Amino acid sequence: MSSMVELNNISISYHSISGETKAVSDLSFSVQEGEFVCIVGPSGCGKSSILSMLAGLIQPSEGNFSIHSKTNIGYMLQRDYLLEWRTIYSNACLGLEIQKKLTPENIKRVDQLLDLYGLGEFKNHMPSQLSGGMRQRAALIRTLAVQPDVLLLDEPFSALDYQTRLSVSDEIGTIIKKEKKTAILVSHDISEAISLSDRVIVLSHRPARVKAIHKIELSVEDRTPMRAREAPEFKDYFNQIWKELDVHVS
Amino acid sequence: MYHKNEFLEISSQQKAFLKKIKKRKLLVRSTQILLLAAFFILWEVAANAGWIDPFLFSQPSRMINAMIDMAQTGILWQHIGITLYETVVGFLLGTIFGTLIAILLWWNHFVSDVTEPYLVVLNSLPKTALAPIIIVWLGNNMTSIIATALMTSIVVTIMTVLNGFLHIDNDKIKLIQTFGGTKKQVLTKVILPASIPTIISALKINVGLSFVGVIVGEFLVAQAGLGYLIVYGSQIFKLDWVMLSVILLAIMAAIMYQLIVLLEKKFLKWRL
Repeated sequence: MSSMVELNNISISYHSISGETKAVSDLSFSVQEGEFVCIVGPSGCGKSSILSMLAGLIQPSEGNFSIHSKTNIGYMLQRDYLLEWRTIYSNACLGLEIQKKLTPENIKRVDQLLDLYGLGEFKNHMPSQLSGGMRQRAALIRTLAVQPDVLLLDEPFSALDYQTRLSVSDEIGTIIKKEKKTAILVSHDISEAISLSDRVIVLSHRPARVKAIHKIELSVEDRTPMRAREAPEFKDYFNQIWKELDVHVS
Repeated sequence: MYHKNEFLEISSQQKAFLKKIKKRKLLVRSTQILLLAAFFILWEVAANAGWIDPFLFSQPSRMINAMIDMAQTGILWQHIGITLYETVVGFLLGTIFGTLIAILLWWNHFVSDVTEPYLVVLNSLPKTALAPIIIVWLGNNMTSIIATALMTSIVVTIMTVLNGFLHIDNDKIKLIQTFGGTKKQVLTKVILPASIPTIISALKINVGLSFVGVIVGEFLVAQAGLGYLIVYGSQIFKLDWVMLSVILLAIMAAIMYQLIVLLEKKFLKWRL
């Protein structure tokens, strides 16, 4: 297995008139092909900055990173950001449209994805007519349509209520596994991280450094995010990561 | 959540509720019409009874007669046509150029930062103060009137539309960028479509402002149009003409406003 994404001694700083903020400091890790890695850390520790950097939206101030076969990156944001004036179908095609790849095969693929993930009959609906979970699925299809090699997920479920969140993260986690994508998920939800990922990277307070890396091995058959939560090891991982996150509630 | 059969069955309470809403709407509308009718009837009666001097205040019947006279000679249509033409052209130019300049300022932050204080001052300046200067420069003609109408509406269009552009969710822009989109694609895929509501509300403001520019222009250029009719009528004490012109202006402005509302309904189906 080759490593798909590699970060070497990355530092990221933000500058403003009132001063410099170091968001990430000397961070190194790698992600293997087909692996689902979750980055957890205390809120405001610079997790999202790492994804923005991998997507090429911001530059690291120090260090370097490489993405193997740097062809395509899919980025899912905290909210679905479906464009309200477009139908679900037209939203799903947005990425293809921007990259000028609206070929008949790609359009057919969008149709298949919509059908496969239960949005076939809602193709011509407007986003406002769909539930939160359906909208999030449409956003995932929009991301998958451009056939990314690496998926970057920036707390994609945080805007949903708890119940929807459980089922949507289950659905989306299963879809990503099924499509055999490499994925990096940023989250502050420990159980979500354990249930979805192959490895969990725990970050420290800002500036973020790697505090621990856990390989998640759960003894469940046909692991899905939902079933993973029933594994006996689940709560051990949870307690361990909880301690490492060192959250103080005063 | 999406419900397909939401409205199939209506309970009796719901029916009663809908009926109540409908009744209230009807009451509001009929009161509005009655109020307007009462105003004109009172005006007519007051003039006939000698409570007000019809020579100074005119009266509905005299206005109707003046309208019929002028309609028969065709002069009325000429005045209306000219004012309407100037307003529509000034309004369209103001909106189009205002939006284009807003796009330019959005595109180039340096230019927008530099021009900001000037725009703020220009926005508070009464643009009709520039009308005499425009007439000196462009001549005593229709071009000057249209230029005045353009001046009154362009600055507020720039400010409103640019403000709309700048208030669009940054993450929507980020979404386009994550797909490798260019600045031009950010503009055409997100900024412009998301700003249609803002542009339409700018249109609504501009209807009124363009009429202000045109009427002031016609006051000064004094050749034709309803503004000319108002000034000329007041000078020769033909108050019938003056009042008639004002009412015609009100009707024209109302029709233009309604056309924009129709446009809004057509373009903003996704908002309903």
